[in-house]
Formats: sequence, structure tokens, C-alpha cells
Amino acid sequence: MSAAAASANGGSAVSGQATAGGAPGGSVATSAASGGTLEGIPCTPECLLRAGNTNCAGCGMSVGLTMLGRALADAGETCTLAIPACCGIVTAGAFPTTSYGVPVVATTFASAPAVASGIASVRDLNGETGQVIAWAGDGGTYDIGLATLSAAAERNENIIYVCYDNEIYGNTGGQRSSATPPGARTTTTPAGKREEKKDILAIMAAHRVPYAASLSIAHPEDFARKIRTALSVHGMRFLLMHSPCPMGWKSEPADSPELVRLAVRSGLFPLYEVVDGVSYRINVEPDWTDPAEYFARQRRFQDHQVDLEATRRVCRERFERLSTMARAFPFPD
Amino acid sequence: MAIELVTGNHAAGYALSTAGEANRGARGAVCGIYPITPQTEIVEYAARFPFSKGRVVPVESEHSAMGVSIGGAVSGARSFTASSSNGLAYMLENVMVAGFYRLPIVMVAVNRTLGPPWNIWADQGDTLMLRDFPWIQLYCETNQEVLDSVLMAFRLAEDHRILLPVLVCLDAFIVSHTQTETDLPGQELVDRFLPDLELPHRLRAEDPRTLGGLSWPIESMSLRMEIDEAMARVPHVFQEARTEFLQVFGRDPGDALQTFETDDAERILVATTSIATTAREVVRARRRAGERVGLVKLKMFRPFPEAALRAACAAADKVGVLDRNYAAGMGGVFWQDVRAACQGHRDDLMVQDYLTGVCGGDVTPAMVEETLDDLTARTEAGAPRWMGIAATAGPPVGMAAAAEEVSA
Repeated sequence: MSAAAASANGGSAVSGQATAGGAPGGSVATSAASGGTLEGIPCTPECLLRAGNTNCAGCGMSVGLTMLGRALADAGETCTLAIPACCGIVTAGAFPTTSYGVPVVATTFASAPAVASGIASVRDLNGETGQVIAWAGDGGTYDIGLATLSAAAERNENIIYVCYDNEIYGNTGGQRSSATPPGARTTTTPAGKREEKKDILAIMAAHRVPYAASLSIAHPEDFARKIRTALSVHGMRFLLMHSPCPMGWKSEPADSPELVRLAVRSGLFPLYEVVDGVSYRINVEPDWTDPAEYFARQRRFQDHQVDLEATRRVCRERFERLSTMARAFPFPD
Repeated sequence: MAIELVTGNHAAGYALSTAGEANRGARGAVCGIYPITPQTEIVEYAARFPFSKGRVVPVESEHSAMGVSIGGAVSGARSFTASSSNGLAYMLENVMVAGFYRLPIVMVAVNRTLGPPWNIWADQGDTLMLRDFPWIQLYCETNQEVLDSVLMAFRLAEDHRILLPVLVCLDAFIVSHTQTETDLPGQELVDRFLPDLELPHRLRAEDPRTLGGLSWPIESMSLRMEIDEAMARVPHVFQEARTEFLQVFGRDPGDALQTFETDDAERILVATTSIATTAREVVRARRRAGERVGLVKLKMFRPFPEAALRAACAAADKVGVLDRNYAAGMGGVFWQDVRAACQGHRDDLMVQDYLTGVCGGDVTPAMVEETLDDLTARTEAGAPRWMGIAATAGPPVGMAAAAEEVSA
């Protein structure tokens, strides 16, 4: 299919073919998606991320997309994705193929929540079903897209927003974002970042969105349950997923799930959920594994001494605050 | 149909909203809105319009206003918005996306001086900043032309031979805030003129596609070429829509390029928007005095009506362009394009630029008289001439003063 095929679709850069099953970089299927299947690859939400995509080994975002697709399929839900500039749109691959089994629109870096608002509006005006999901990295969420996200949350748009947080501008080769943790070396913090991460989940909870939660691919049952909860809620749902990035974290691809598990165990990435910005529930109690192990297995931290004492203190204090909130303002029964 | 005394902004808001309402039998209407002087009344009009199937989303920035409209459009809704000046500059990235996605969004822009310094008066620098984007651009002279052009804009944008967004421009305050008698067509007529929107490449769950993923140079270049081909079809589709407009509403929405007394004119002024009103009266008076002068009013700026311009200037030997805009280092934008249109066809034609009312100053009949006198006396074209500034300029200020100090 040449670009001429796109003209039948109005001349826009529309990619509709599946990527080849299995072999990365292999030949591509030759027919456009239609009628639910293409070249024998079922086109259901289960295949939200199709086989044959060229994402990095150990990519947490890819695992997250697969788990999201599975949860949607289990719930019998479909979705449309609005994806800003980030690895999530690179995932689609090159025209005329796409790695996504659902409709996707690429948005400008700051605009995913606004575009998703427009899509969700038309869905609701027409009484249609299906989730509208903005899928964005930490750069698009914590940094350039924060105003847009805040506004969509304030309007309580009926969308799901997932931030896969790999704590770095991964797509551009590893620059610091306001989600990069202290001590991490990036190309723009060669001596290690000094500042703490923004507490984006607290920022979103402060918007009193109906549902906000953190996700870890190391806790798949918790992940799936939270997607189910998100699907059952109307209005703005914000999900923050800790997303290992071997390229950015300078870690072994096979270590990815273990790294984010360590982050949960050590209290670096607490798993909790907040309803309406007021009710808190902690999902996994940290066992207070020393975070030193988490840092030791990523070379982004190795050249620069992470202040372990300060890190342990920050983790303990954060968890204490969350526990206090969960005790004082528990989930409604 | 009702003749009412309304502002240009009211006319624009009415046309955008009734056009959105006309898509109620299809996928409805969606627009993101954000205020900026002097267009705010347009989005306020949309916000209070009782859409039967539409949603107006008050967002936090112009960037998101266009973002919401893009989301609405890719889902097949009739989508529109309005902005001005620095608001357009802030929106710019998504304006570009709407064009490259071939989304039939209509935006009304009230031309206002880009700041700093802070200035709310008419200047076309804001929309001309978008001139190289895949948007059709129409410039309007009167409230009626604003209303008619917005309705025409949806017809053009949504035609499957075109599928490009359209920008409809009007002067700050001179048109946006001036009340004139305007024919506001009833909803039933707008319904007749605007069929249901069917966007061929809208997102569909049953046929999942990715809009805007990576595309290699040759495919990307093909998409640019297709935009060029669509632009080339605009004049023809415009005439078709114009004929149908006349049938439905009983009046002519106006040609892409409008001439006045050009048939035998030796000297021709080229003007846009409300400047054309003033220039037409000056030309009329000069004609009565026996001078062979004429006026070309450019309504459509993109695509640029090159052939029509050359035809209008066939008898002329001098053309004066009145630009209410300034492209730093290269004079007025309309002048540049008039010269480009004539180059290689009419190299004998003298094309002189007059920077008139840049940053919102009044373009008076006396100023237009002065341009015609200057044009008459000229033996060759010179640098763009700043009009009306000598009378008001005091001693050198800012950079000019600093430069004088250095040379002294």
C-alpha cells in the first residue's frame, strides 16, 4: 500500500495494517484492518498492543499496554487511544502499519487530555460505548501536559488518563523530567538530579477526580482490579504506572519487573488509590526492603551517591502520611 | 430569515453555531473555546447556544481549544473555534495539526496586533503567521460577509475533494464590534446549505487505524502533495458552493477575488477587509474625476487566486498593495504574493507596497488618496512605504535612538 491508499481516507496519515505477528522487522501484512480480523490476527481489545511491535525488551510501557488490553477484554470493553509525543506513539510503528488494534490518534505533546475530551464528547453525544484513554509518558504528564491534564480533571472529563512513568524523556534519549528521582543521571543532569519528583498522584487527587490510583506491572492482580474499578467509574480517572525503561534506567531488560517490585517493597512507589480526592486505600504494604538494592541494579544511579538515609526517611514519611489518610478517610463500604 | 442589527462577532457566532446545529442529524458539534479580546463574544455566543446535539468545552488555553476541536473532528463531529492575536500564536501547534490531519474545522480569527507591546487593534500579522499551514484563508469586509463566509467555509472544508480547515478573518473592532444590518438566515436554510458531515477518515472502533504515526519521507511528501492538489481544487469547489449559496439564501456570498472598475484601469489598488470599503470609495471618486483607477479586493488568501489577480490587472501598469501587516525584513505579506503571482507573467507590472494601518491605525480616505498619488508619480517600485507614520512620529525612540547615539 502506498500513500495513495491514504487518500481514500481523506489524505491523512492513516495507518491501518497490523504489524507482522512475531518477527520484529519482518514483512508486513498487506490488507487494511476490517471486520474484526486482519491476516488472521484477531482485532480485539485483547490485542490492544499487537505482536510484532518493535518496542525495547524489558519495556514497562509495553507490559502495561498488554495488561490494559487484557483487562479491557475481560470487561468486554473497547477503547480509543489519544497518545501524545512519547514512546507510546512510536510504538504504533511506521505507515502503513500500526501496532495498535484499536483506533489511535497521535496528539501534540501537551494536548492528549484536550483531544481525548473532544473524542469523549462525541462518543457521549452519540450514545456510544467504549473508553477514551489518554496514554502518556511522564514528560507529557508531569511537564508539558500538566495544565491540559489539570483542566480536563477540573472539568471531570469522562476519560481514563494513564501516565506510564519511566522517570525520563526516553523517546529523546534520556533527559530529566520533573518525574526523574533524585540521584538519577540523565543527559541533562550529568551530575545526577538533585530535586525530588513531583507528587503527581497527590496533584491529581487534589483535583478531587472520581478515581486516582498507582499501578505496578509487578502486581498484575492489583493492576487488573484497578482497571476494573476505573472502568466502572464515570468521569476523570487518573492512573499512574511505574514503568521500567532499561535504556533510560541503564538496567537489564530481564530485571524490569523485579525493579518495580523493589520500588513497591521499599516504599519508593506506594500502591494506593484515592476516591473523589478524599478517601484513601493502601493496596500493598511495603516490607521496607532496603532501597539500596533498587538503586544498585540501575546504572543511572551508580556514578552519583544516592542519599540513602534521606530516601528511606522520605519513603517512610510519605507512607506514614498515606496511612494516616487511609485510617482517617477510609474507602466508603 | 431576519435582518438584525448585529456586530461582526455576533454574525460569526451565529454562523458557527447554526452550522454546528445543522449537523444534529449526524454526529453533532463539538468545540473548545477560550476567550481573548476582541473575539471573546464569538465563543460566548457558542457557549449560550442551545445545541440539540453539541458540546462547547470551555478549556484552559487556545492550544486546548483547538485540541478539543481536533478530538471532536476526528470523531466526525462538526468542529469549530475562534481566536485572535497571541491566542493564535499559542494555539499554533494544534492549528498545524488540524491542517495536516485534513480536519474540516472552521476557525474565525479576529485580526489583532501581535504583542508586545500590548495592542488590541486590527493587524493581520496573526493569521498571516499561519499562511504556510494547510488552511484555506478568507478575509471579510463586512458583517454579512463574515456570516456568509463562515457558512461557505464549512461547505469548502467538508467537501471530500477538499477536506481542509478554513480560517475566516475579520478586522478587530472595525468589523468585530461594529453593528450593521445583517441578514441572519433561519436554521432551516442553514440546514439546507450544510449537509451532514461525513469525515472519511474519522476514528472507528470497527476499523481500528492509527492517525498520525510515523511516516517515511516519501509518504509524508505524498501527503503534502495531496494537500497541494486539494488546494488546487478549492477555486472550483468555491464557485460551486457560491452558486448553491445563492440558490439557498438568495444572495451572493462574494467571489474569491472581487474587482471594482478594473477592466480598463491603469492603476489598481489591492486591499483586503474593511480597507477595501475605504479604497472603493476613493476609487469611485477618482473615476468620477476621470482617472482610470480600479480596486481588487482579495477575499481568499489561501489558496492565492493568482490567475484571477493577473486577469484583473490585465490592463494595468501599476499596482499598489495596501498591507495591514508587516513581515519583518520583507514588507507586507499580500505585496509579496501579488509580486510572486505576477512574476514571469507580467514582469512589466510595477507592484508597490504601502504599509497602511499596521498595528491598528486608521486607514483613512486621505491615506488611500496619498497611496494613489504616490503610485501615479512613481517611475519604479521602491521599498515598502510606511503610510501615516511621518505625521505622528516624534523624535527617534528605542532602537532608532540607540542607533543614532552610536553613529554620533
